[in-house]
Amino acid sequence: MTNHYIDFRNADVILNMGSNVAENHPVSFKWIQAARNKGATFIHVDPRFTRTSAKADIFARLRSGTDIAFLGGMIKYILDNNLYDEFYVKNYTNASLIANPKYGFDDGLFSGYDPNKRAYDQATWALEKDENGIPKRDMTLQSERCVFQLLKKHYSRYTMEKVTTITGTPQEDLEKVYKAYCATGAPGKAGTVLYAMGWTQHTVGVQNIRAMSIIQSLLGNMGIAGGGINALRGESNVQGSTDQGLLFHILTGYLPAPRAQWATREDYNKTTPSSKDPRSVNWWKNRPKYLTSLLKSHFGDKATTANDFGYAWLPKLDPTQDASWLNLFDQMYKGAFTGFFAWGMNPACSGANAGKVRTALAKLDWMVNVNLFDNETGEFWKGPGMTPTKIKTEVFQLPCAASIEKEGSISNSGRWMQWRWKTTNPPGDARPDSEIMYDLFRKVQALYRKGKGAFPYAILNLKWDYETNGKFDIHKVAKEINGYFLEDILEHPFDKKPYKKGTLVPSFVYLLDDGRTSCGNWIYSASYTEAGNMAARRKKTDATGLGLYPEWSWAWPVNRRIIYNRASVDLDGQPRDIARPLLKWDTGNKKWVGDIPDGPAPPMGTAGVYPFIMKPDGVASIFGPGLKDGPFPEHYEPLECPIEKNIMSSQRINPVIKIFEGGPDTFATCDPRYPFVCTTYRVTEHWQTGVLSRWLPWLIEAEPQIFCEMSQELGKLRGIENGEKVLVETQRGKLEATAIVTLRLKPFVIAGQTVHLIGLPWHFGWLHPKDGGDSANLLTPTIGDPNTMIPESKAFMANVTKLIPKPAKKAGRA
Amino acid sequence: MNPGTKTVQRGTHQNPEDLSYVTYKLVRFSELEENGKPKWYFFADQCRHCITPPCKIMAESLHVKAITQDASTGAVLYNPKVKIKEKEFKRIRESCPWDIPRWDGKTQGMAKCTMCIDRIKEGMLPACVKTCPTGTMNFGDIDKMLEMAQKRLAEVKTAYPKAELTGVDFQRAIILFADDPKKYHKFASVADSTVVASMMGQTVLVG
Repeated sequence: MTNHYIDFRNADVILNMGSNVAENHPVSFKWIQAARNKGATFIHVDPRFTRTSAKADIFARLRSGTDIAFLGGMIKYILDNNLYDEFYVKNYTNASLIANPKYGFDDGLFSGYDPNKRAYDQATWALEKDENGIPKRDMTLQSERCVFQLLKKHYSRYTMEKVTTITGTPQEDLEKVYKAYCATGAPGKAGTVLYAMGWTQHTVGVQNIRAMSIIQSLLGNMGIAGGGINALRGESNVQGSTDQGLLFHILTGYLPAPRAQWATREDYNKTTPSSKDPRSVNWWKNRPKYLTSLLKSHFGDKATTANDFGYAWLPKLDPTQDASWLNLFDQMYKGAFTGFFAWGMNPACSGANAGKVRTALAKLDWMVNVNLFDNETGEFWKGPGMTPTKIKTEVFQLPCAASIEKEGSISNSGRWMQWRWKTTNPPGDARPDSEIMYDLFRKVQALYRKGKGAFPYAILNLKWDYETNGKFDIHKVAKEINGYFLEDILEHPFDKKPYKKGTLVPSFVYLLDDGRTSCGNWIYSASYTEAGNMAARRKKTDATGLGLYPEWSWAWPVNRRIIYNRASVDLDGQPRDIARPLLKWDTGNKKWVGDIPDGPAPPMGTAGVYPFIMKPDGVASIFGPGLKDGPFPEHYEPLECPIEKNIMSSQRINPVIKIFEGGPDTFATCDPRYPFVCTTYRVTEHWQTGVLSRWLPWLIEAEPQIFCEMSQELGKLRGIENGEKVLVETQRGKLEATAIVTLRLKPFVIAGQTVHLIGLPWHFGWLHPKDGGDSANLLTPTIGDPNTMIPESKAFMANVTKLIPKPAKKAGRA
Repeated sequence: MNPGTKTVQRGTHQNPEDLSYVTYKLVRFSELEENGKPKWYFFADQCRHCITPPCKIMAESLHVKAITQDASTGAVLYNPKVKIKEKEFKRIRESCPWDIPRWDGKTQGMAKCTMCIDRIKEGMLPACVKTCPTGTMNFGDIDKMLEMAQKRLAEVKTAYPKAELTGVDFQRAIILFADDPKKYHKFASVADSTVVASMMGQTVLVG
C-alpha cells in the first residue's frame, strides 16, 4: 500500500475492485465504515455480488478479466469531461513529457514487437531528453507527442459502448461509477482504491494496477490522505516476505537480484537508475550503498574491498531467467529438481494447475514440508490418483510454531512492521521457523567444513551468528536487518557527526558503499536503532489527527505513513487539501510538519525537487516504460475466454505472455465443451488453502464443503437445483462441488451473447475434512502475467454439469 | 461436541443452518431481489432477553422450572439440566416470538444464549461483543445503550430511510435493522401488536 488501513477513513470515495474486502479483509472494513459514517461513497466493482457489494453504495458487475476495459473507459471519461486535477497532472506526473517519435500503437500492438520472441524491444518507448539529458516537456500539454495527448489518443478507443460490450457492465452502472469516483479529481477531494488478487491474478495483472495508477495520478489522488493505491495483501506477512527478498528477482529492499551478465559489483552498479535532471532526487541512485551494506551484513569480516565484498558469492540468475513459481514447478515437473522445501505453504492446493504440481512433487527425491498442520503437499503421495508404492519422493514433515508461539515481527499491507510477543510455547516438537532455519544452516555449514561441497564460499563465509548464550535470538536478526556501523566513524559524510563501531545505524541515509556499514534490508533501516525496537512501539499519539499514529509500530521507509506525500502540497509546500493536511512546510523554521516527508528538501517551488523521489524522472508515470507489455494498459482477453475476437484489437490475448505447452498444460478458448467463465476466490471462514482453518471445527462448520456458485439462469439452463452435486471441469481437471444457485450471480451479455459465470473457493483439499472436496486449483491454468508470472486464477473457461450419483458410490481414495 | 463433523454444504452460506442446543447465536443471511437488484441482508440472531419473557411465563404455566431471570442483569436463563418433555418444549418455543428456544432430544434439556452470565458477573463483556473486531455489537447499561442506538439510528436513516430499532421497550437485546426486519428473517420482528402487548405486561408501548 502507498497508504495504510486506517487511512481508508479519510477518503471521500472508496473504490473496491478486484477484491472482496468485507469477506477477505473483514477487520479493515471498519475503516470503510468509518469513512461512510462521514458521508463517503463506497463502490464495489466485481463479477459477483458479495458481502462487500451488499454494503456498497454503488455496485457494478463486470465480466472476470475485463478490468482494463472498465478502467480505460474511466480514463476516457476523466479526459472527455476535464475531471483531472490540472495542477497535479502538469506538475507531478509525466503528462507533459515527450515520447520518442518512433513510439506507436497499432491494432493491439505497441511499437517494437517481435512476434517470434513474443516480446517488445522497449527502445521506442523511451521518453525524449534534451542535450543535457533532461526530459523534454510541454507544459501546455498540447504537443502531439506529449504523454497527455498520447494518453488521450490511446483511450479515445474505450467508448462506453465498447466497454459495455466487453465487460457486460450496463452503461448506466458504468456511468454511475465513473461519475462518483472521478468527482475526486477536484482539489480537496480524496479517492482511494483497494484491490487484491482479483486484479493481480490475470495475464494483464500488473497492467490492471497500472490503469488505476493512471487514474489516481490524473485525479491527483497519489500521495494524499484518503488516496493512494492500496493492495490488500492476502497473508498477514506477505508484505514482509516481498520486502525481505523472498521472490526470485529481488534481494532485500527490492534491490534487483544479480544476473550472470553482472559478474562484478561494478557491473551490477552500472544498472543503477540514473537521472541528469537536478530536480529529480532519483533515490535509487543510492543503490550501491545498499548493496554493499547488504553484502557486509551477509558476509561480515569476510567481505572486503579485495574480494569485491563477496559479490561473487551471491547466486546469479541467467541473463533473462524467470525463476518464478510457474516456471519452478514446470521445471520440477520436467524433473529438474531433486529436492524441495515447502515452507509455510501448500502448493498441492495453492498452485495453479494443481494436478501438474502434484505430479511434479512425485519427480523429487526429497521434500521437506514445514507447516503447523499436515497438508496435501506433505501427503501428496497418497492423494487422489497417486500410487504410493510408485512414488520415490521421501517426505520430511517438520512441525513449526504458530504466530502466537514465537516472537518476531510481521509487516502488514500498510508497511507497518509490528513486533509480536510470544504468548505460549509451541506444542510437541514444533519450533519457530527461524530456529529451524538457524539450526539447519549451522548443520549445512558443519557438513561443508567436514567435506567438499559445491560452491563453498557462500556457505562457509556467510555470517551466521544470531544467538545469545547459545540460543537463537530474533532480536539479533532484527538488528542485522536495521544495520550497524562496522567501524568508528569520526565524521559521517551525511551529518558530519561521529559514530561508534558496533552501534546501530539511525537510518539508511547513514549507509555507505565502502564497507563501513552493514544493513540486511535498507528499507527497514531505522526500525531497530540505539533508541530501541521501533516495531514494538504502541503509543497512540496522532498529532495530524489523520490516523497516522507515528508512534504505533514502525512503517517503512523511515516511518513514513503515506508514500509520495510531497504530492499532497502545492509548490510552496502548503497543503492542497485544507481539511486533510498531511504535510506542511513551516516557512519560519524551514522544516516539514506532519508525516515524514519523502526527503527533507524544501518545497518544489519552480526549481526545487519533484515529489516522486523513487521515479527516475521524479514524477508519477502516466506513460510507463518498464513493463513488458506496454507503456499504457491495453485490454486483452484472458488466455481462456468466451469470445472469439478481442473487441479492442486483433490481439486476442496479451501478446507477450509465456505459453506453457504440452502435457498437463492445455487450454480451451471459445470451446463449446467449456462454455462458462470460471473464477476462484476465498470466503471469510477459511484461510488460503485451508491448512489453518479446515482443522478448526467451528470454521469447517461455517463453510463445510466446496461449493460452486452460479446464477439462477445457469441453474435452469443446466437443470441444476440449489444444493445438488455438480461436476466442474476444465481442460486441466475436474472437481465435485455442491451447487449454490443464487440471485447474486447474473449472466452477462458480452458482444451480444449471453455469458455465464461460475465461481469456486480454493480453500479445500482432499486430506481434511474427508468429504470437504478438493482444490479449485485443479481447474486453473498454468499461465501468468508477463511481468510477475502470477497465475490467471480469476478468469478461465469451465463446464458445469449435474452429477448423477452412482449407486453405492464409495470414495475411491487410496 | 464437534460441530464441524456434522455440517454439510446444502447450497447456502447459512451454516450451521439454524440455532440449536449448542448454537446460541448465528448470523442469518437473507438474499432477495428488489427492482432487479440483489440484496443480501445479515443479522446476528440470538435470545433478546425480554424484560418480561414469554418463554418463562409459558414454562411457569406448564410448571416447568427450567427458566429463571437473573435479578441484577435481567438475563433470561435456561437450566439445561432440567429435563422437560418435547411437547412442553414445543409450547415454550412457540411462545417465543423470535423462535429462540432449542431442546436436545438426548439430554431433554433446553438451551439458548446465556448473555455470558458467567462472564458479565465477573465484569467482563459477553464473548460475542468482546471478540467482534468491527464494533457491531455493544454491551452496557440500558440508558447508555439506548442512547447509542438512537444516535446510530438517526445516522443510518439518512442512507437507509426504512431503518428501525427492534425491541427498544421490551427487550434487552436491541437490534438495528437497515430495512424491514421481515426481509432479514421471518422471526426477526414482532408484527403482531397483541403479542407485544402481552409480553409487556403493564408497560405501555410507545410509538
